[in-house]
Amino acid sequence: MKQGGASVLTRRRTRREWEQEVLNPALRKSPERMKEFTTLSGVPVERLATAENLESWIPDEKLGLPGEYPFTRGPHPTMYRGRLWTMRQFSGFGTARDTNRRYRYLLDHGQTGLSVAFDMPTLMGLDSDDPRSAGEVGREGVAIDTLADMETLFHEIPLGEVSTSMTINAPAAVLLAMYLAVARRQGVPWPQVRGTIQNDILKEYIAQKEWIFPPRPSLRIIVDMIAFCTRKVPLWNSVSISGYHIREAGSTAAQELAFTLADGIGYVQACVEAGQDVDDFAPRLSFFFNAHSDFFEEIAKFRAARRIWAKVMRDRFRAKDPRSWMLRTHAQTAGCSLTAQQPHNNIVRVALQALSAVLGGTQSLHTNSMDETLGLPTEQAVTIALRTQQILAEESGVASTIDPLGGSYFVESLTDTLEREALSLIAAVDRMGGIVPAIEQGFPQREIAEASFRYQQQLEREEKVMVGVNRYREGGGARIDVLKIPASVEPTQIRHLKQVRKRRDPLAHRRAVEELVRCANEGENLMPAMVRAVEAYASVGEICSALKAPFGEYREEKTYF
Amino acid sequence: MSVNSATGTRLRLLVGKVGLDGHDRGAKIIARALRDAGFEVIYTGLHQTPEMVVATALQEDVDAVSLSILSGAHNTLFPRVIELLKKAGVAVPVFGGGIIPEEDIPRLRKAGVKAVFTPGTSTQDVINWVKSHIRPRNEGSASRAAKLRRPPSAARRGTPGRRKATRR
Repeated sequence: MKQGGASVLTRRRTRREWEQEVLNPALRKSPERMKEFTTLSGVPVERLATAENLESWIPDEKLGLPGEYPFTRGPHPTMYRGRLWTMRQFSGFGTARDTNRRYRYLLDHGQTGLSVAFDMPTLMGLDSDDPRSAGEVGREGVAIDTLADMETLFHEIPLGEVSTSMTINAPAAVLLAMYLAVARRQGVPWPQVRGTIQNDILKEYIAQKEWIFPPRPSLRIIVDMIAFCTRKVPLWNSVSISGYHIREAGSTAAQELAFTLADGIGYVQACVEAGQDVDDFAPRLSFFFNAHSDFFEEIAKFRAARRIWAKVMRDRFRAKDPRSWMLRTHAQTAGCSLTAQQPHNNIVRVALQALSAVLGGTQSLHTNSMDETLGLPTEQAVTIALRTQQILAEESGVASTIDPLGGSYFVESLTDTLEREALSLIAAVDRMGGIVPAIEQGFPQREIAEASFRYQQQLEREEKVMVGVNRYREGGGARIDVLKIPASVEPTQIRHLKQVRKRRDPLAHRRAVEELVRCANEGENLMPAMVRAVEAYASVGEICSALKAPFGEYREEKTYF
Repeated sequence: MSVNSATGTRLRLLVGKVGLDGHDRGAKIIARALRDAGFEVIYTGLHQTPEMVVATALQEDVDAVSLSILSGAHNTLFPRVIELLKKAGVAVPVFGGGIIPEEDIPRLRKAGVKAVFTPGTSTQDVINWVKSHIRPRNEGSASRAAKLRRPPSAARRGTPGRRKATRR
């Protein structure tokens, strides 16, 4: 274009000329809708991204190729052309028997993976008959007290054939031990057992707030579990480092990215300090991100996450195995974006969020049901959510090529921006001495509360829009069906627990719990004793309460600002 | 408006997070918005039992108790708090919000919950409701006056005067 006379004929305006000659007159005639455009998280969005945004951008460094460092374009060389993402819907309710029936139905209909939702008492390490459990048993997930419940939960489900994801954190070691005990009873050797346990306690202090012990002993339990899985259960993903809850608590996209990766750095650091070889365990770490409503910001977030993690693992921890550099992730659409008003609109929100996770290159996905702001989902709502994924996978064509937005001026510059913002927050955490001291000082908690309050104010000033909530409101509101948990669940579960306590061998039970506490006190790996304790039918509540003696209890400062 | 014009006392509100779930996003936003609107706010922190909430309400001599519940246990926890307050012989109004299905609301209102705010409610709506429905209790009582003179000791108590710049 710059050579000879042809350029005079075909010469296009430069960006500056376009702004002066075309844009400014247009703006004078009719101004833009808003003074400033920002992403959902408040990142400024410029009018137009052009090649100038990527001037110093070197594709080989920033992108690479799929399955190769820095994995911006995806962790696998064929991505969805080889294998679609796993469609993994999370479920659990009532008693173990109720949930077992649902799981067998799902497996009969072709699902190959299970994803267990536990009720609040189980998540907090409390038994169903604890006074604090009143009203909560079996309500938000399945109630598990002892190995007897776990045996019922997986009754006639061959643990050598399915992979199971368990969303549990503070008492994760107890539930993993129960799962392994069930596998042993089914005659399935542990090296064949496949699955994931969330087991990410750091994000509990930051966001989800279901804790038992203080951060340091909790981290020690996780280090024990990682070491144990590396040796005994090599196909098990020992931690799913989760940004989902950080985002649900109101963080920005960059904060989600930064605090999640900082948690990951915390786990790797703790294992390395305990003498583990980084390449022994790092390939089995996995991640879990939110797929929120700002379409491009979310895509950029997933891409930036892979690039940051690859660099951290290679350069900071000197991992040599490329599998240690690779960030593999699960994604779930944003529960907090769903509205109780005009709930059918949620189907559309979920579809867009799911598309962003797919274009971001996720390895598995849970799509929320439209009724989840109202209660646990009905079967019909869950089916629509699953069909949404199938339409994306098999009708839309988005799974036919790898990272279709790679090279987009806008998406690449947004990926760079999120990477930069996250790195600066990670550096702030590093300056505090790492994520544990940062949590102890309340740093991530404060940053998130601040962002969440800011967003609420933006909603109330209508600077951000939620359709049906602060704009396009309708009176009355559509009624939709929600799943009801019968009141009989709680007494039934408590009766089961009392029967188990009566039937078990009291001496074996006492000895097993004492042995576990001894291991905790003397710094031995907890897992072998944990398996023996659950096999003696010690309950989740009994184990967690016994471990409070050596480990202490976490108390959060009661602050809201 | 948040200060009673006759006595000059500021309304004291308890924001309680009962139940086992850790969803404190809403409770924190409400606590902060109420404080910014000029009320004195006592936030209980997470994982409170009804007994703990009522003990705090009595100790802090509050004018109203608000509860945030997102665990599905609202039908158990709201009535329990009201019952315990009654047992203690104090008439403190209870209101709250969270993920609460429409059809449960009449039952909660019947149990004595003064207002139930569901998702999508703006903080301004809550503030307006408090201003028009909550009145100071025990006005002029000696114990209350003494309590009001006591300087805020805990970090959880926020007053507008102590507020730092919050927006960045």
